[in-house]
Amino acid sequence: MPEYNWPDAEHRTLIGKRISRVDSPFKVSGRAKYTYDYHSPEMLFGRVVRSPYAKARILSIDTAAAEKVPGVKAVEVIQKVGSVVQWAGDEVVALAAVDETTAEDAARLITVKYQPMAHEVSDAEPPSGAAEAAGPMSEDDIWDAIGNQMPDAQFIQYLQEHGVSFHPTEDLLKEMKGEGASDAALDVIRKASYHEGKGGGRSPYQKAAATTLGDPDKALTEADVVSEGLYGAPVITHCCMEAHGSVVEWPDKDHLFVHISTQNVSGIPSQMAEPLQVPAANVHVHQDNIGGGFGSKFSADRWDIVNARLSRNAGGRAVRIMLERDAELEVAGARPSAYARVKVAAKKDGTITGWQSQSWGTGGPGGGGMPPIPYIFNIPNQRKEHTAIRNNIGPARAWRAPNHPQAAVITMCAIDDLAAKLNLDSLDLWLKNLDITGPRRETYREELGIGAELMGWKDKWRPRGQNISGNTARGLGLSIHTWGGRGHSSDCDLSIHPDGSVNVKMGTQDLGTGTRTTIAIVAAETLGLPVEAINLYIGDTQYPPSGASGGSTTPGGVSSSTRRAAVDAREALFSKVAPALNASSEELECVDGMVRVKGDPNRSLSWKQACAKLGAVPVNAHGHNDAVPSKNKPDLTNSGVGGLTMADVEVDMETGVVKVKKMVAVQDCGLIIDLKMAESACFGAMTMGISYALYEEKLMDPVTGRMLNPNMQFYRLAGLSDIPEMVVHMMTGKGYDERGVIGLGEPPVISPGAAISNAVANAIGVRVPFLPLTPDKVLAALEQKAGA
Amino acid sequence: MQDDDPKNPTRESSGVSRRDFLKISGISAAAVPVLGTKVVQAAGTPVKVYGPGKTPVELTVNGKTHSLQVEPRVTLLDALRDGLDLTGAKRVCDRGECGACTVLLDGKAVYACSILAIEAQGKTIMTVESLMEGDKLHPVQQAFVDNDGSQCGFCTPGFVVATKAFLDRHPNPTSEDIRRGLNGNYCRCGTYHGIQGVLAQMKGA
Repeated sequence: MPEYNWPDAEHRTLIGKRISRVDSPFKVSGRAKYTYDYHSPEMLFGRVVRSPYAKARILSIDTAAAEKVPGVKAVEVIQKVGSVVQWAGDEVVALAAVDETTAEDAARLITVKYQPMAHEVSDAEPPSGAAEAAGPMSEDDIWDAIGNQMPDAQFIQYLQEHGVSFHPTEDLLKEMKGEGASDAALDVIRKASYHEGKGGGRSPYQKAAATTLGDPDKALTEADVVSEGLYGAPVITHCCMEAHGSVVEWPDKDHLFVHISTQNVSGIPSQMAEPLQVPAANVHVHQDNIGGGFGSKFSADRWDIVNARLSRNAGGRAVRIMLERDAELEVAGARPSAYARVKVAAKKDGTITGWQSQSWGTGGPGGGGMPPIPYIFNIPNQRKEHTAIRNNIGPARAWRAPNHPQAAVITMCAIDDLAAKLNLDSLDLWLKNLDITGPRRETYREELGIGAELMGWKDKWRPRGQNISGNTARGLGLSIHTWGGRGHSSDCDLSIHPDGSVNVKMGTQDLGTGTRTTIAIVAAETLGLPVEAINLYIGDTQYPPSGASGGSTTPGGVSSSTRRAAVDAREALFSKVAPALNASSEELECVDGMVRVKGDPNRSLSWKQACAKLGAVPVNAHGHNDAVPSKNKPDLTNSGVGGLTMADVEVDMETGVVKVKKMVAVQDCGLIIDLKMAESACFGAMTMGISYALYEEKLMDPVTGRMLNPNMQFYRLAGLSDIPEMVVHMMTGKGYDERGVIGLGEPPVISPGAAISNAVANAIGVRVPFLPLTPDKVLAALEQKAGA
Repeated sequence: MQDDDPKNPTRESSGVSRRDFLKISGISAAAVPVLGTKVVQAAGTPVKVYGPGKTPVELTVNGKTHSLQVEPRVTLLDALRDGLDLTGAKRVCDRGECGACTVLLDGKAVYACSILAIEAQGKTIMTVESLMEGDKLHPVQQAFVDNDGSQCGFCTPGFVVATKAFLDRHPNPTSEDIRRGLNGNYCRCGTYHGIQGVLAQMKGA
């Protein structure tokens, strides 16, 4: 059986070293091509007409004037007259024209008349006393649910629990099917029990979860200390630098060629096939580079499907639709909000005994679920209730470490407030309670020690509000986090050619996370070659399928499939070379660009000489990593990491401005392929953390229902001037390396928000309940403290 | 405002900003429907009027002169990307907020999304594509590679150009210079730490 296991430390020449990315030279020189950069001859420019209302029924659509504009080649109505749009910026009509200015002008000639309806866009108030969705669904409720793309499972469960308040006819059901209702849902509507009632389903508030563990009442009553507070994080957007979009063309009437900005190259064909009635095998997807995704680019979006229709109507000519920046921020990605009122119970010595939370938040039309609170700490007695708010802010998408940053803010800030109430150093309280943090507790213990040292925690830490000089307050905060990160399903083809060149092909994508470099390092390490010797082909459906890049699943997936393919190809090469070296293939190894007999460097061939023994035909090997761990023998990837962030902040008490002065990240991710890239992932995540902790919020106007800041001036990202001294420590060596490769995309972005919020509370002596920690919120908290 | 702040680059160098132009073209709308350019008085200043419709534009980019037909409202960025297939400068915010479209106009870093193609005529335009010498990366580009100053890479070309222009003016920048001088480019992946490494590597080089 070939040796697939990762080489041990003394036999690694590339894995775990600091290696520059293989694609950086293309990116720094502008040669790297993105979907937005793709031009095809005769390409048309698409333009989308969007709803200015957060909720409205479409009364009429007139495209006649636009169709007459010279240069307009196709017009496509996306939402028919009578449909109800559910968020501002929702797509209504699209057109394609010979150039962008013509498309812009023609789009302005399209007249859509709307009947505005009452909308709901707020989420920051606790839904106390508000009517909750509990009644039977009216016909309008069901139309809403279909229009909202309410997840089927949720839709069906609601119908089964609450029934309907009308008698559906088969004609109506047919119409609903036409609008996208699934057969399963229609079947449930058909069989749903009838109740008199006035559409309780119309309330935006819906009880999403209620769980009790142990005896929370007893824990709260018998506690020495109960700390109570309000915590939360608002809806933020992904704000990818490269907008969502695609260039789609039909080379002939049965084949589709799609350039698309996606985290999911291999998964796009089946998503486009069904709505366009073309076999998935006839959909060719290509993407060289993607300008950011962060969880928002897994799907072929509605505009991509429309794009294909426009192209078909225009005789197959390529059509480009890349979202304008305002649309990108309004409709192409939002992280659900989460807020909670929390009580934490503890003994005098800091042992946490109880948790009670009433949480709420919105993920747009779908509502959304409860974040995993209390986060990491398995507090023995808990009572949790969560209310989902369904509203018209646009749909939510996975945002780097879905639900974890919100859970960290709610949990780690509540626990930090408890530490303050107990007059304990937060670090000591964390250490005290590590026993209830589950399987990674010893990792956390080690990391907290290292982090404290790197931060100078013990020297710098002061009790809350006791490090103020003049108008300047300093403070420290910390948070810990976890994530899975097991490798996804991935297939890899690797060929060794008789001239010594090596090809690796895989239908994966590099989000800027270093996927290309990871694959090249693993292949080069296995074959004893330099990284530059690997010719790498990714980003195309002509290559073997590999999973979507989400949830930190890519490094484990692609490194495992590459390792298997490379080991098998190496074995095939050994069997051809062995006779020439008078050895058996088991005795051979690939080292330093040579194939040689183990322990006998004199019996060796250069890589080129060895490959020449292949004759005329290359060897090709296929490697597969299965998403189901038991199907991988041996298993080269793993799941479950621990990490932390510590922050040192300075707050101007007069202006409320927060400046992060220093940040420390300590992180494990199993066997590290490239230390340089791993550290960059942490530096980047801390930067993104500063951004969402201090600046980011999708601000909705309750009157118009529209986003107030759909641009990069008022949807502010952290800039270079916001970057503090940053320190990253990656856990490596015994206890970590042998776990196999684990993804790193999500974990380090989870804690910064909570850590910075805790540092601000430590500095100014009072909690600023919700992120982002903008000056107005800081000053309001200070004012409240002064008045208390 | 520092004169090399790329956030506000065009007033001095090109005379007419995009928004001023739009105002002026509004003023002159009645006098416009003739082919070619003509000159009208706007606020007492003679201003060339182009369009409407496509108008011939000559751009000197990376040492070569190109003739294009574009509408007067087309930005330098779109002319470069869609007209000349020079796609290094990226379109992100399209309104002078993010810096991803940074190019050099007569040696100064400017936002190409906020300058009209017609305004850039007669000036020397350098894009990121001009920085390599043959197969060799420019030292600033090499420093970006060495310091991992690029992740998804979409902001990178703009950042590289902005950094080069900044270093041309501040060969020995203080950290305060860097904070001020390179705060006009945003990166969503968070590569600023690597870019600080670029500056450290280039300092005095």
